[in-house]
This record gives sequence, structure tokens and C-alpha cells, in this order.
Amino acid sequence: MTGRSQVDQFIRAHRLRPVELLPWGVAVLAYFGFADYLPLGSQILIMILFAMSLDLVLGYAGIVTLGHAAFFGVGAYAAGIYAVHVSGEPLSGLLVGGLAAAIVGLVSGAVILRTTGLTLLMLTLAVTSLLSAAANDAGFITGGNDGLQGVAINPILDAFSFDMFGRTAYLYCLAVLFVSWLFVRRLVHSPFGRSLVGIRENVVRMHAIGAPVRRRLLTVYTISAGLAGIAGALLTQTTQFVGLTVLSFERSGAIVIMLVLGGAGRLYGAFVGATLYMIAQDQLAEIDPIFWDFWIGLLLVLIVLFARGGILGLADRVLLLIRRRR
Amino acid sequence: MSALVSILFHGLAYAMILYIISVGLSVTMGLMGFVNLAHGVFAMVGGYVTVILMNTCGVPFGLALLAAFIIVALLSMPLERTLYVRLYGAGELEQVLFTIGLVFMSVAVVRKLWGPLPQPIALPAMLSGQIDFGFRAFPTYRTFLIGIGFVLILLLWLGVDRTNFGARLRAAVDNRRMAESLGINTSRLFTLTFALGSGLAALGGGLGADILAIYPGYAMEYLVYFLMVVAVGGLGSIRGPFVAALLLGIGDTACKYLVPQLGAFFIYLAMIGLLLWRPAGLFGRA
Repeated sequence: MTGRSQVDQFIRAHRLRPVELLPWGVAVLAYFGFADYLPLGSQILIMILFAMSLDLVLGYAGIVTLGHAAFFGVGAYAAGIYAVHVSGEPLSGLLVGGLAAAIVGLVSGAVILRTTGLTLLMLTLAVTSLLSAAANDAGFITGGNDGLQGVAINPILDAFSFDMFGRTAYLYCLAVLFVSWLFVRRLVHSPFGRSLVGIRENVVRMHAIGAPVRRRLLTVYTISAGLAGIAGALLTQTTQFVGLTVLSFERSGAIVIMLVLGGAGRLYGAFVGATLYMIAQDQLAEIDPIFWDFWIGLLLVLIVLFARGGILGLADRVLLLIRRRR
Repeated sequence: MSALVSILFHGLAYAMILYIISVGLSVTMGLMGFVNLAHGVFAMVGGYVTVILMNTCGVPFGLALLAAFIIVALLSMPLERTLYVRLYGAGELEQVLFTIGLVFMSVAVVRKLWGPLPQPIALPAMLSGQIDFGFRAFPTYRTFLIGIGFVLILLLWLGVDRTNFGARLRAAVDNRRMAESLGINTSRLFTLTFALGSGLAALGGGLGADILAIYPGYAMEYLVYFLMVVAVGGLGSIRGPFVAALLLGIGDTACKYLVPQLGAFFIYLAMIGLLLWRPAGLFGRA
């Protein structure tokens, strides 16, 4: 009767399970328990959002990209420039960052998603490098190598101003992440989300059943770019600074590592991976940055060889073993 | 006129290095469909072996290069047999992650052993200074690079075209299953090709140590260039990457010379354009 139970599982997949509230409980507890670490906490929340956006394209749709920092960076710069030249109102700033990144995602996606394999990989890389070079060259508006300074952000909704302990920033990031999570969760359980998994698993068959593969890919690429842009905008607003590193290859690579560490294509991989990575980096990289690179490299190799589903994949396997024992 | 000659000359020397390093990557990617982002590591290790042998043991340049070739080729074989081989059937993402992991590890090890600073290479007196061709004087080192580049390319192309090994290699790239059914041991062929390609990369790393500085970031920073050469040239092609290396080497030199501020921008733009026009590369099969 496995077939039956699998169907049941599939039908119930979109219903909220109690365990899914766990990350939010942890996040709220962390607010009270680790008051000294709130700036790091905000960074983690931003990286979770960024990793979640990447999960849509890489984990669900199977687009291998090494250039997701492009959208993070565009969002960060757009929000920064908006704050400097137009208005310091944060919510509209988020919207501007997300929209700018989504537009870049739509345009670049329309151009590069026609290719596959190494060519696509190279094109995602090239788009990021191109934007990075452009941000460096357009120093009159981006601040170039020195970064964009003088980003001042108004209180949120004219009521909650950003404090020096990062309390407002943390709750602000948490709220944005929560709303984005609701949206992404809805998206991946929708027929659209299922069709993305179909494209990832067997693109030829999806073509054969008449699914508009390229349009689906472009749609998810644009949505994902928008979310990454919002993550970038959050970084700008909470740190009040934009540097060229938001567009770096290292950032593209790091976010892929975070996602894969947690487990790609499973919604909560971003939460687990980004949190562990950021905490480990905070604790270890300070002591010995060289060591840190080495262990991250080793970790990647081990994940690929032995634990393709990341930490959550491992957890799944352990749970399955325990259940079988019974 | 003089600027044009200068651009062509420097671009050509740069292109030679890019080609020697990247050609192995093209063949391994074409043969096994393996996305090997760790290829730059071989060039970096080759560069380090060359520089360290010369600076600390006083080994002559030529001998150090030979040693770099042999050491890296030998080291790459067990690596391919034990680790890479497990990922041949895997997806692109796994290959990308795995090889990036290798890059991180080797960069960390190299930085630990030899520090973060670039390693200066003391070129032999024979190669420093200028060489006069009658109408104009050129730097000797780059002239030497171009000369040795041409010799290597000629050897490589003759080897691939005229030898039995080359014929088997071409057969395997064209149609691996068919080659296997004809009794060609493709996995051994691949190990040898991999070793040869890695050795060439090491040789390129050592030869070009004065152009592409040898430091721990090498494997990451120049990787994009090597990948560009391969992607634009066409996977599995021997000649394609040469054309791509020429385009990139001369184009990059010209941009840096003529529009220093926007140089990088144009190179990436050109690559995007080329790849959209020919997604499988200039000489690749779609």
C-alpha cells in the first residue's frame, strides 16, 4: 500500500506541519537569548532569504548557477541608491531592490536560459562579473571601489527606528523572511512548483507533455532574482552600506555552499545551511581563516561523495532507518 | 601602428599561456562531460613547483618546468582514479561543488605552506631584456613564450592527428560508446589524457609565472579565464580553444591598453555575445 500512502503524503504536503514552526520559535528565542549577537542574527536571516531564493532555481528547477550574487548585488545597490537619492523609507526601498533585481533576472534569464550545461554556468558567471565591473566603473553613482556611503534609513512605518543594538533590524529581517517564506512555501507546493521539479528531473518528458518549459524557468528565475534582490536590499538597509563584495564570485559560491550544506530542493535546507555556515564562519574564521577555507572545501567534497542531500538529507535517512527498525 | 604591434605581441604571448593551460580542460570536459573547476589548481601547483625549485634549489628554468609537468601529471592520476572517477555519471551541480571544494582545499594548503604573497620568478638572464628583430625590439621572455607555445601546439596537434593514441582519443571524444565497443579502453585513455592535460596546465602555469602571478588566489581568479577559453572554444575541441585563447588574449590586452577602465566589462560582454551566438562554442558540436 505504499502507492496509496505516497499519494496521501503528496496531497498533504502543502499542509503546515507543527515542526515547520520550529525555525520561527528558534528565531524568536534567539532574539531574547542572544541579545549580543543580534547583528549576526540579522546577517543569518538575510542569508537564509538569499539561500531560499537560490533554492528555487537551483534546488527546485535544477538551474546550476554560479552567479546568484548578481541579483543580491543589484538589490543591494538599488536599495542603497534609492535611500541616498530618493527616500530613506525602508519598505519602498525593499520593493525597489526586489523590483530592480527581478528586472535584471527577467532580462538576463530571457537571454541566458536558452542554453544549458557549461555554457549556462559560464553565462551566469559572466553576468555577475559584468555587473560587478559595471558597479566598479560607475563610481559616480555606486561609489565604486569605496562602496556606497551615506545610506540613511528612516524608521519602519515611521514608528520603529533602527537602534544600535540591531534589535529593530533583527525583527525587521525576521518579518521580511517570514513573509517571503510563506510565499515560497506556497509557490513550491503549487502546480507551478511541482512542474519545476518535473523540469529538473526530466526536461524531455516535460517538453513531451506540453509544459511550457522555458517560460516556467524564466518565471522562476525572475521570482528568485526578486527575492535575492530583497535579501540584498535588507543587507543595505541594516548595515547602511553597500560594497562591491555584494556582487562577488565568492558570494555566489558561498550561498551555493550554504544551500547545499543544508540540503537543496527541500525548502528548509536554506534555514539549516545558512545558519550553520554563518555561525561556524563567525566562530572559526576569526581564529584561522586559512583553516576555515580548508574545512569548507573538505566539507563540500564529503557532502558530494557521501551526503548529497546535505544535512537535512542525512536527517531524513536517519529517520527512515529508525522507522524501519521499529 | 606601434600600439597595434605591441597589442598583438603581448596578446599572443598571453594567448599561448591561456591555451597551454586550458587545452587539457577542454579535452577532459569533452571526453567525460566532467565540469572540472579545479583545473586551475594544476596550473597553480605547476607554477609553485617551478618557482620553488628555481628559487630554493637553484634548478634551471627548463628543468624546473619539466619537473612541474611530470610531478603534476603523476599526482593527477591517482586523484582522477580515486576521486574524479566516482563523479563521472553525477550531475553538473555535484561536479561543480566537488571541484570547488578541491579548489578551496588546495588554496588553503598552498597559502599555509607558502604564504599569501605572489611568488616572484627569477627568469634566467637569457630570457630577460629585449630581443631585436631588425624592425623592432621585443621583450625576450614573451618572444620565448610565443616560440615555445607554437612548438608545443605543433607537437600537440601532430600527436592528436598522427599518432595511434591521438586517433583513439578523437574516437572516444566523438562517440565514447562506439569507441568502447571497438575495444578502446576509454577509462585508461581518459586517465592518460587527464594526466597529460594536467601536466600541460602545470607547464603553462610555470611558463606564464611572470604574466599570471603565482599566488594562492590563482586557482580561483584565473579559473574564469580558463573556463572562458574552453566554453568559447567548444568542448572536446583541440583547435577551438586556440582560437578562443587568441580572441581572449588579444582582446583582453587591447581592452586593457585602449580602455583601461572598462576592459573587464568588454571581455565579459564579448563572451556573453559569443556564447549566445554559438552556445556550444566556436568549434563545438551543438
